[in-house]
Amino acid sequence: MPNTESLSPATEGRTSARGAREPAGGLAVALWATLRRDLVLLMRRRSEVLNPLVFFALVITLFPIGISPDPDLLATIAPGLLWVAALLAALLSLDSLFRGDFDDGSLEQLLLTPQPLPMLGLAKVAVHWLLTGLPLALMAPVLGIMLSLPAGSYLVLAVSLALGTASLSLIGAIGAALTVGLSRGGVLLSLLVLPLYIPVLIFGAGAVQAAILGDGALAHLAILGALLALALMLAPWAIAASLRISING
Amino acid sequence: MWAFINKLRSPKWFYAISARLQPFFWVAATALILVGSVWGLAFAPADYQQGNSFRIIYVHVPSAFLAQSIFVSMAVAGLVYMVWKIKIADMAAAMMAPLGAAMTFVSLFSGAVWGVPTWGTWWMWDARLTSMLILLFLYLGVIALRGAFSSRDSASRAASVLAMVGVINIPIIKYSVDWWYTLHQPATFTITGRVAMPTEMWVPLLLMVLGFYSFFIALTLMRTRSEILRRESNKRWVRDLALEER
Amino acid sequence: MTLSLQARKLACERDDRWLFEDLDLDIQAGEIVRIEGPNGSGKTTLLKILSGQLADYQGELFWNGLPMRESRQAFLESLLYLGHAPGVKAALTPQENLAWYQALAGDSGSEAARLTSLASVGLAGFEDVPAGQLSAGQQRRVALARLELTPRPLWVLDEPFTAIDRDGVEALEERLIEHARAGGCVLVTTHHPLRQTDELRRVSLGGGGQRHAEH
Repeated sequence: MPNTESLSPATEGRTSARGAREPAGGLAVALWATLRRDLVLLMRRRSEVLNPLVFFALVITLFPIGISPDPDLLATIAPGLLWVAALLAALLSLDSLFRGDFDDGSLEQLLLTPQPLPMLGLAKVAVHWLLTGLPLALMAPVLGIMLSLPAGSYLVLAVSLALGTASLSLIGAIGAALTVGLSRGGVLLSLLVLPLYIPVLIFGAGAVQAAILGDGALAHLAILGALLALALMLAPWAIAASLRISING
Repeated sequence: MWAFINKLRSPKWFYAISARLQPFFWVAATALILVGSVWGLAFAPADYQQGNSFRIIYVHVPSAFLAQSIFVSMAVAGLVYMVWKIKIADMAAAMMAPLGAAMTFVSLFSGAVWGVPTWGTWWMWDARLTSMLILLFLYLGVIALRGAFSSRDSASRAASVLAMVGVINIPIIKYSVDWWYTLHQPATFTITGRVAMPTEMWVPLLLMVLGFYSFFIALTLMRTRSEILRRESNKRWVRDLALEER
Repeated sequence: MTLSLQARKLACERDDRWLFEDLDLDIQAGEIVRIEGPNGSGKTTLLKILSGQLADYQGELFWNGLPMRESRQAFLESLLYLGHAPGVKAALTPQENLAWYQALAGDSGSEAARLTSLASVGLAGFEDVPAGQLSAGQQRRVALARLELTPRPLWVLDEPFTAIDRDGVEALEERLIEHARAGGCVLVTTHHPLRQTDELRRVSLGGGGQRHAEH
């Protein structure tokens, strides 16, 4: 085969050129592009970003109607209510995290890139948090006012939600990756993921309550941070393994 | 070690060896549970605070132990399946899950029954019971996930990953629930709060725990054996076996 | 360095059914290997194994003489796989789609390269139309543009002719032959009758579907 050599040196040249250009450079480019792509995709379908926020506000509206408009009563249950409602809102958008990519074949391609899959998965989770967890955290204080949440706990509420929803996105992504190949994965996803959310809920709502009592909010936030660090360390591997399983379903 | 792992790859070998192991565990389970329950229910002294109602720990504690151990075993089996692709491990994990869920339920139910004379109510958000309830949900999740896939290989792998994720989370859940409970309620009675237990009380408890474990092993061996036959029903050795039986 | 992909005693069991057993394959540079077989004979599964997506097989794979486990990174850097689904995002324009693929290859990518590759598959003028507004065949062409965009020696194509019009099919077939002649290598499944050339080789997968007895 006379032409064999004509392609190979070129290929080698390309590979070595990339190798010389700092190996992490390629990964950084891929991660940045994935982040940007997912952000652009979600910004073009803005309703997907807004739906969880509307859901959050709606659920919070249901409680005074269902229980009582009494401000004192609402104030006592507000930290838990806000946290549970935010958690459910974050859960709502999880199912679509990988589903679009699964349906149109992009996920297959993502698995076949020479880049580490856990990192690429992490980029997708980061976008989910940026467009779900973070807006929920920013919106929560407003709803807190409506539930007569005692003053002095608003900052802790937002910070605890920002930290906590990041863990929720990471843990939830494992469930989303496991169920992405299933046509009726939505309800199953909540069944898998909600029990794993409990520690985050305990320390998240605990932080707000501690802030109201005026003591120990920092300790709670520190534990939320520790949970996030643990999730950051372990979840990407579980997400990658789950995606590989789902793609072969 | 490696030879053992290689042997485990053969369902036929496991089928033969488990046939020999199984009777010992059945005998041990029956004897231990019988002695333990008669001793615990009839001869152990009554608790000076709770009277006779404490005796429910002879069911509650072993089932709670087992509920947690089975989840860990399931995760270990899942790891073995994922790393060495040993199908027996997955079959065992699949067979363990319903038993684990059942044990969790038994421990929850016995805890609720114990609550009636002690707390005067069927349910308290006691730290231990709450953790158990969450464990039950974890079991149900694993079982549901396994059932949701149409391809059995994918189902096995997905259930293995979820069991491993769950087992990492169990201690975190347990400690956070304990923390949550102590924050919200000063500890009153907890079902296993006692520090020092007289010998006549804990020996039958130990027997019951060992008996429950033997029961778990025996039942898992038995169910795994029938699962082997089901999954390997088109292999020659299973067909030969069926012909012999006839 | 010539490229070679070898499979030794490859077997795949899915849910207790052997899709294929004892499959030996030697794929060299300059070849177009067409995997043939009836529906359900495991063509797609074989392509997924050979493209490193499925780790669930028995036997061994070698890339350039090295076991796949050790050479996976190098393998993925030489591979371009196109599956049943085109992997094109409907909400993004063809340009944006291709830019992402360039970046995944670790390459920040130039716009000129993207435009050239889109022109080569007949999509000049459609660069900035959201892919959702394109026809199925045009979306498939966006995916095929990656053949030009990211030069990779090994192409694994699962039914690449789906939804492509007659001219497109001819052009693509030409392109495959050209790639093989230039020292590349193509693994393909298709129901479309490929023109018999020196480069073309067929691999048949057996009847499939038989339940296995003993192994």
